Amino acid sequence: MTAVELSEPTHPAVSRPTTGARAARVLQRQGALVILVIVVVSAKFGFDRFATTRNVTSIAEQASFLGFVALGMTFVILSGGIDLSVGSVFALGGVLAAWGSQHGTWLAVLLPIVVCSAIGLAQGLIIARGGLPPFIVTLAGLLFARGTVLAITDEGSTTYKVPTGSAFRDFAQGELLGVGYAVWIVVALFAVGGVVLHRTSYGSTVLAIGGQEDAAALMGLPVVRTKVVTYAMSGLLAGVGGMMIASYTSSGVTILGVGTELEVIAAVVLGGTLLTGGSGTVLGTVVGVLLLQVIKNVINQVGSLDSSWQAVVSGSILLAVVTVQRYLARIERQ
Amino acid sequence: MADAGPARVPTLEAIDEKFGPPEPTDQPSGYFRRMVDADWLRRNGVYATLALLIGVNVVITDNFVSSNTLRLQLVQVAPVLIVALGMALVIGTEGIDLSVGATIALAAAIIPLYIGYGAPGAIGLALFAGVVTGSVAGLLVAGIGVQPIVATLGIMVAGRGVANLLGGEIKSIRDPAIVSLGTDSVAGVPYVVVIAGAVSLVVWGVVRHSTYGRQLVAIGGNKRAAELAGLPVKRVLATTYVVSGVLAALAGVLLAARSRASDPTKIGLLMELAAITAVVVGGTPLSGGQVRIVGTIAGALLIQLIGATLIAHDIPDSTAQMVQAVIVVAAVYVQLGVRRANR
Amino acid sequence: MSNSDTIVRTAHTATAVLETVGVDKSFGGVDAVRDVDFSLAAGEIRALVGENGAGKSTLVKVLTGVYPPDAGEIYFEGEPVTFSRPLDAQHVGISTVYQEVNLVPLLSVARNIFLGREPRGRLGLVDVDEMNDRARAITSRFAIDLDVTEELGRLGLGAQQMVALARAVSVESRVVIMDEPTSSLEAREVATLFEVARNLRDEGVGLVFVSHRLDELWQLCDSVTILRDGRNVHSGAMADLDRLTLVSMMLGRDVDEVVEHGATEFGDSHLQGRDPVLSVSDVEVRNRLHGVTFDVRPGEVVGLAGLLGSGRSETVKAVYGALHSQSGSVEVAGRRIKPNSVRGALRASVAMLSEDRKAEGIISDLSVRDNIALAVLSRCSRAGFVSESAIDRLVETFVRRLQIKVSSPRQKVRELSGGNQQKVLLARWLCTEPTVLLLDEPTRGIDVGAKSEVQALIDELAEQGLGVVLISSEMEELVEGADRIVVLRDGHVEGELDGATLSSSELLAALAGDIATADALAQEHADG
Repeated sequence: MTAVELSEPTHPAVSRPTTGARAARVLQRQGALVILVIVVVSAKFGFDRFATTRNVTSIAEQASFLGFVALGMTFVILSGGIDLSVGSVFALGGVLAAWGSQHGTWLAVLLPIVVCSAIGLAQGLIIARGGLPPFIVTLAGLLFARGTVLAITDEGSTTYKVPTGSAFRDFAQGELLGVGYAVWIVVALFAVGGVVLHRTSYGSTVLAIGGQEDAAALMGLPVVRTKVVTYAMSGLLAGVGGMMIASYTSSGVTILGVGTELEVIAAVVLGGTLLTGGSGTVLGTVVGVLLLQVIKNVINQVGSLDSSWQAVVSGSILLAVVTVQRYLARIERQ
Repeated sequence: MADAGPARVPTLEAIDEKFGPPEPTDQPSGYFRRMVDADWLRRNGVYATLALLIGVNVVITDNFVSSNTLRLQLVQVAPVLIVALGMALVIGTEGIDLSVGATIALAAAIIPLYIGYGAPGAIGLALFAGVVTGSVAGLLVAGIGVQPIVATLGIMVAGRGVANLLGGEIKSIRDPAIVSLGTDSVAGVPYVVVIAGAVSLVVWGVVRHSTYGRQLVAIGGNKRAAELAGLPVKRVLATTYVVSGVLAALAGVLLAARSRASDPTKIGLLMELAAITAVVVGGTPLSGGQVRIVGTIAGALLIQLIGATLIAHDIPDSTAQMVQAVIVVAAVYVQLGVRRANR
Repeated sequence: MSNSDTIVRTAHTATAVLETVGVDKSFGGVDAVRDVDFSLAAGEIRALVGENGAGKSTLVKVLTGVYPPDAGEIYFEGEPVTFSRPLDAQHVGISTVYQEVNLVPLLSVARNIFLGREPRGRLGLVDVDEMNDRARAITSRFAIDLDVTEELGRLGLGAQQMVALARAVSVESRVVIMDEPTSSLEAREVATLFEVARNLRDEGVGLVFVSHRLDELWQLCDSVTILRDGRNVHSGAMADLDRLTLVSMMLGRDVDEVVEHGATEFGDSHLQGRDPVLSVSDVEVRNRLHGVTFDVRPGEVVGLAGLLGSGRSETVKAVYGALHSQSGSVEVAGRRIKPNSVRGALRASVAMLSEDRKAEGIISDLSVRDNIALAVLSRCSRAGFVSESAIDRLVETFVRRLQIKVSSPRQKVRELSGGNQQKVLLARWLCTEPTVLLLDEPTRGIDVGAKSEVQALIDELAEQGLGVVLISSEMEELVEGADRIVVLRDGHVEGELDGATLSSSELLAALAGDIATADALAQEHADG
């Protein structure tokens, strides 16, 4: 095709943003990171025991369990949906793993993976094929999964224990370079997740669906398939997270995971991912998860404070961050 | 009309508007008759199911038909219903209020703490807590534009933390006025039921006949259009969250009065889910624009009755939750299927 | 069909790359297209024209696999094909550039161009650098200065449309369908677009060009298909038709009638008062409007003309207070109204009909009655409670006056046709008893019958002394309906044209940025 010659290029297509708007944009995306850095630095100087290797690895290990779930939730939210069932699926994964470990380590690993992915898959099908709103479907999934947990533990009265000396314990309790396996696994998964999001067509499709689903459908992108996969992955990762925590604590605690879905949503939102989807990073979620965990840890350090302060502070920070994000979005738009 | 799955054909919105349904005639054509049936199902499905369930219980449950049973069920459903009414208003604006459970906990924690001011004083303060949480939500959602789910989520987390701090351990409530509120009756009807009934009536009246109610429904239906028509959108939204907060606080007071104790970690837990379920099952769409008060009442009763039926027949909690899950999905499926046929 | 049409059609069929025979499509009992034969040859640019409601959009959607036809066949390169979804059409090589940019605003330009077909590198992963390089190569041909890694949504509308075209071009299609592609383009961009289109044609691609901009058709197209009321009423060479004949075929009216009576229901100029009822001064909206100033006198219809993105809707919204303006003033009957306040505008008796009736007008779950009374709820209330009888009275008055076809006022508004819904919205604003009426595309997307009624109504209102601001993308409506036309370009007022002596070629020249030519033509017209 011959190049078109014009006497001069037309005026720039972009209305150049003001410096203020540009700063607002950066802050909006990296806000949580800024707060994290501030909190960490203050904590380092405020508390003797904060910056110790032991404490840092503890933070990382505690955060890793939530991390699994948050990774899955990131993709769900990026696709414009939401998954309220992850807390219950997380608990289910733990219980299944603990029970399974009594019959073999392979079972302890496979059972949660299979069952939890199946639950995610079912939800994905209902949402993508049936066209039902994700909020409701995953709310039902939450109830269903929790019901299942109760059913297999005699209405919550049984707590399965992982047998001593079982290889299953090594999953989370084993260490590499002083840090638990769980941390390494979750870091690897996040790295893979980042690559998947930005460098595969699946990732592009997720972003396109979250950004403008009509356009994505019109362009012929595989919307249904992508959504189903996303919810299945969310279930899978929640199950894996639960499995990890069962390995860590050597038991399948049944009351776990209540409110986890909301905590995870908070982490994802804090990390700069738009709740409406279409824009966000996997790294942001990492920051969000760490931030929440660090807050919990710091409050623990204070010692004299009731652990309920964790909730107060976490909630307030979430509100503060989203408020600021909103303001910044408004400035940016003008 | 071509109806491939949702992903194959772009949403129905993409159709040229002028090709909506034909000019209506006096006789409902086949098209309209089909719509009437589906709409009827959505509107009345919950009543039909409720009636069915009552019928089933009459047959299979011992002692079902007795004033004791009726009183017990009504007393148990009252707090949930009150919360659900507030939730229905919020959902009507296309919002959601996840903080109601925390508000309940706050209110319940305040009662024993401030009983020194006398029963009315303590209750007043508890209700004020609802005003506070509702105002914060209203400010965030209406004033700043934060999404309702995130805003009320934050309030929920922080609020429950505050409730725990206020009322660290389980406190028992002994004030006679409060206890009487929770257990006594007037003319054979327990106070809590009377209160729930009164609230239902007021909310129903407000939605149907008040300017605020009309504005609320319009805003939930199309916020931008309402804005452009000069409706006080921010004011209405903020008010709605405050109402939801106050009603949740009221429910908290009643719950505490009835159980004569306040356990901040347990009370009101999962109440937001119960309320949302009642509203959705009752036919109020999550997308806003319609508020079905009578449906919400029926929805709350239905959920209550399902739970009671299962308990009466020794069916474990686990199954109860799974049944609830299926019902929620079915209810929304019907709602949605109807809305699609309507387009 | 006349003999000449049959001959033309057969000739085309021989080399047709895309063809439909006897296609029907209806929605909910209303026919959108009926028994349409359409034929596009390789190496041809065919115009597809028709009024709002003629079926152009539906035909395009059938051709691109968005809707399956109820009856009839589609042939691609001589072979019958069935499209069950857009992807099927894209796979055989049919690309579409829609009027609403159907891309993903949060993704980068490069990603949008290659969405679904990203170039792969090692390990089968997307090669972002390659993708960006290729995107740069493609967009450089379009001579727009843009950064391919920028979020699409940050670009101006014109640039976004060029990106959409770039995507279609990059796919190496056999057929490119362009639906109103020039509505947001600058004169230079239009020239670029036409150049690209001609190049594609010379390479053997078949193009369909759907447009309202009648004067552009002769510049670009080889042939034309005219739709009216869902039927194909003419197919033939572009050169064989003149403007008047084209318009009369589109409208189904006699040529002489069109010459005499005009193409719309608008009447002659209206009597006007002296002092302006609306005075807009120096309105400034960051990045959108700069120093917009104009007046409207009572009884006058002032048209706002400009390309998409020139700031017409923004002007009207800023006047109404629906769009935040940084400075400037709006006066109604000499009294300044509170800026950036819709309530203030309504109090000052200004009303605005938004161009997007779906997103900003109709509340679909509510009844016709509640939709009409929406803006006057507080007026119909006492002590916080709604007075149903006051509403009933009001609604009845306007339903009758505007001839809104409803079985009862309690009917749900979503059951109404587009035309009736538009009337409901007009009723809503008329309830507020405005002295100034701002109308943004009042006849868009409604059937021909309702269109005439609305045009006549606007005339009537002007005659009653209302000041009307009219935005329309149909030339005829502006040319015949407006007493005066204010031309906008890039958020500036370029100039004003006298509506009484205006012709559409003058208007087009003005929109293309050539006010001088427009003025000269108008002079000629007035003199000659």
